[in-house]
Amino acid sequence: MEYSSFLIKYGEIGVKGKNRYLFENALMQQIKYALKRCEGQFKVHKAEGRIYVDALSDFDQDEVTDNLKTVFGISGICPMTFSEDNGFEDLKVFVIDYMKKVYADASEGTTFKVYARRSNKRYPLDSMELNALLGEAILEAMPVLKVDVHNPDITLFVEVRERIYVYSEVIPGPGGMPVGTGGKAMLLLSGGIDSPVAGYMISKRGVKIDAVYFHAPPYTSERAKQKVIDLAKKVSRYSGPIYLHVINFTDIQLAIYEKCPQDELTIIMRRYMMRIAETIAKETGCLGLITGESIGQVASQTLASLAVTNEVCTLPVFRPCIGMDKLEIVEISQKIDTYETSILPYEDCCTIFVAKHPVTKPSLEIIAKHEHNLDEVIDDLLKNALETKETIVVSTDE
Amino acid sequence: MKNEVYLDNSATTRAYPEVADIVKQVMLEDYGNPSSMHMKGVDAEQYVKQAGQILATSLKCKPENILFTSGGTESDNLALIGTARAMARRGRHIITTQIEHPAVLETCEYLSKEGFEITYLPVDGNGIVDLDTLEKSLRPDTILVSVMHVNNEIGAVEPIEEIGTIIRRVSPDAFFHVDAVQGYGKIRLIPKKCNIDLMSVSGHKFHGPKGVGFLYMSDRARLRPIIFGGGQQKGMRSGTENVPGIAGLALAADLTMSSLDEDVSRLKTLKAYAAERLSGIDGVTLNGFNDGESAPHILSISIRDVRAEVMLHALEDKGVYVSSGSACASNKPAISATLKAIGLDRSLLDSTIRISMSHFTTEEEIRYACDCFGELIPGLRRYIRK
Repeated sequence: MEYSSFLIKYGEIGVKGKNRYLFENALMQQIKYALKRCEGQFKVHKAEGRIYVDALSDFDQDEVTDNLKTVFGISGICPMTFSEDNGFEDLKVFVIDYMKKVYADASEGTTFKVYARRSNKRYPLDSMELNALLGEAILEAMPVLKVDVHNPDITLFVEVRERIYVYSEVIPGPGGMPVGTGGKAMLLLSGGIDSPVAGYMISKRGVKIDAVYFHAPPYTSERAKQKVIDLAKKVSRYSGPIYLHVINFTDIQLAIYEKCPQDELTIIMRRYMMRIAETIAKETGCLGLITGESIGQVASQTLASLAVTNEVCTLPVFRPCIGMDKLEIVEISQKIDTYETSILPYEDCCTIFVAKHPVTKPSLEIIAKHEHNLDEVIDDLLKNALETKETIVVSTDE
Repeated sequence: MKNEVYLDNSATTRAYPEVADIVKQVMLEDYGNPSSMHMKGVDAEQYVKQAGQILATSLKCKPENILFTSGGTESDNLALIGTARAMARRGRHIITTQIEHPAVLETCEYLSKEGFEITYLPVDGNGIVDLDTLEKSLRPDTILVSVMHVNNEIGAVEPIEEIGTIIRRVSPDAFFHVDAVQGYGKIRLIPKKCNIDLMSVSGHKFHGPKGVGFLYMSDRARLRPIIFGGGQQKGMRSGTENVPGIAGLALAADLTMSSLDEDVSRLKTLKAYAAERLSGIDGVTLNGFNDGESAPHILSISIRDVRAEVMLHALEDKGVYVSSGSACASNKPAISATLKAIGLDRSLLDSTIRISMSHFTTEEEIRYACDCFGELIPGLRRYIRK
């Protein structure tokens, strides 16, 4: 079947009262961003309280639906075909042709109904008449079908506007809220499996994300950094463009290594990462931090460790993976196509900074006391790390 | 601009400018298909013929003995699989070594699944194959022996001539394949003199283009092709010849051979210098150095308590490019078979760096690189896993 446009269904945002136009505009903007990745010219427009994507040239239907599926706020994508209004007889032929093409393989007893909407009130037939007359015509043309107005297998929507649009399929969208309607948060992005998923999940609720990555050359390689950029790019299919801040963390890490107890290295390191992320977040208007932490996954993610890490932040820290098992996180990472990149073996050489037996029940007092060992150097190191940060705009727009 | 000192020439080399020129010329002007009947085809064919001649001269053989391929890996695959299939009725035993390149080892793995029996010869602490074990391993059903000329990780030079003599004496019907990817252009090897039947060579290891190489085939070698199609190269390797690559390959071989003696004596001096300076650093040991008998362009060192990858990136920051273990294998952090086979201490497997030089390497570069090692190692060693 040749489709010419898509009706975009959006669930949750429909209920947002007077702010509705803000949500719709954000949705349209994200749709346009997703369509830039597709071959062809498209027009995205609002009409009669609905959003339509019209193709102005040839396009690949799978490519377009795959990309629309990355736009949060869309609950369903309906590929449509249209006919000029040349009278009812013509419409009948058109509708029968549509049904024959799309449901050529329909088995005996497949049920359907016609659901007509007439927004062009000058059209000579009203929607009830359209339902009845088109239903009858289809039954005649395709004897295998049966009508069921309550629970049909196929609902054929017929929209009479300036032109007449016909659709019957609803491809599920990703749900969620359009990005940009929920403020902005700062994602602590590593090369692992969890943090890209965390970014995706928060972004799904309409939050725009920026990201910070801690680079530690020569202990982490250029490839490890490139991997993080690649991951950010995959997330940006969903979240829109991401400002990725790359912080050179080597000197801070070495200072912690030299001056603090080995079993506390990771936890102290995490605290400095959070502090730096929060500083950048506040500078850039982010209202929260996002991490991929999940309770108990590693020593630094026990409840006790999370509490000690969290203590350095004043912004809320969002941890959408917190209650998930690794396999559940992996499943999402596969769905959003970050998994294969995450498991590339450019393992950071940071392992030398990982104690063989890290603390799992750190005490805030003790950790804070040991952090004082860094007093002489840490201000300069933090200042320097922030001053030398590199910011990369990661987007699927080329 | 940052100082760039490229010491990863066993991974690949920078092309000679002349090579780049001729590749470009063939692509833009003499771009015909050697199989075409018209003048453009004839012109292209000339490049292939001349290349065969140049390479044959370098090995003191006939142009008919040269089969162009896509490089070392394909040559190794063709030599092993092609021989195994052609000889399967006579025997199914193949001998190789524990320290071969994956292009040989993985192909042997494949053949063992196809029902061939593979014997992997051990090596000594310098990576040299034991000749007695070889002799004892040869059997009436041995169809092929494959031994590399120069090991890619530590530069061990195998006694190819002696091996060839033993095979010819004990199992005269067995064929002898040599993976000469690291040796060609560094150490002269005349196949006929060494009783070699098959020899793999790759262009980009001696300043030629990537994606092109050749397989030397003696008159008596018998191979079944592994690539089928239009019947080019007498049906042994179908596919339109990579004419720009082949032209570049031959020119690179020509240039390399013309400066070989000069280059080798210079590289030996540089290597001796680097070996002396680096082994003077606390905790640095040489691998397979063999009193300087190893290949002139490869130096493998282990640095106690410094992870190779960290060392590599720290050097990179100073513009010095080296490799950890073998570059072909280093995308997957697998433990090097060669380093294990020479019995390197386990704690050093992950602390081993390879420095590999080329025609373009200068004394100044080596001095600078040694300075960098000297400066960096003490600092890196301060941070070991507690």
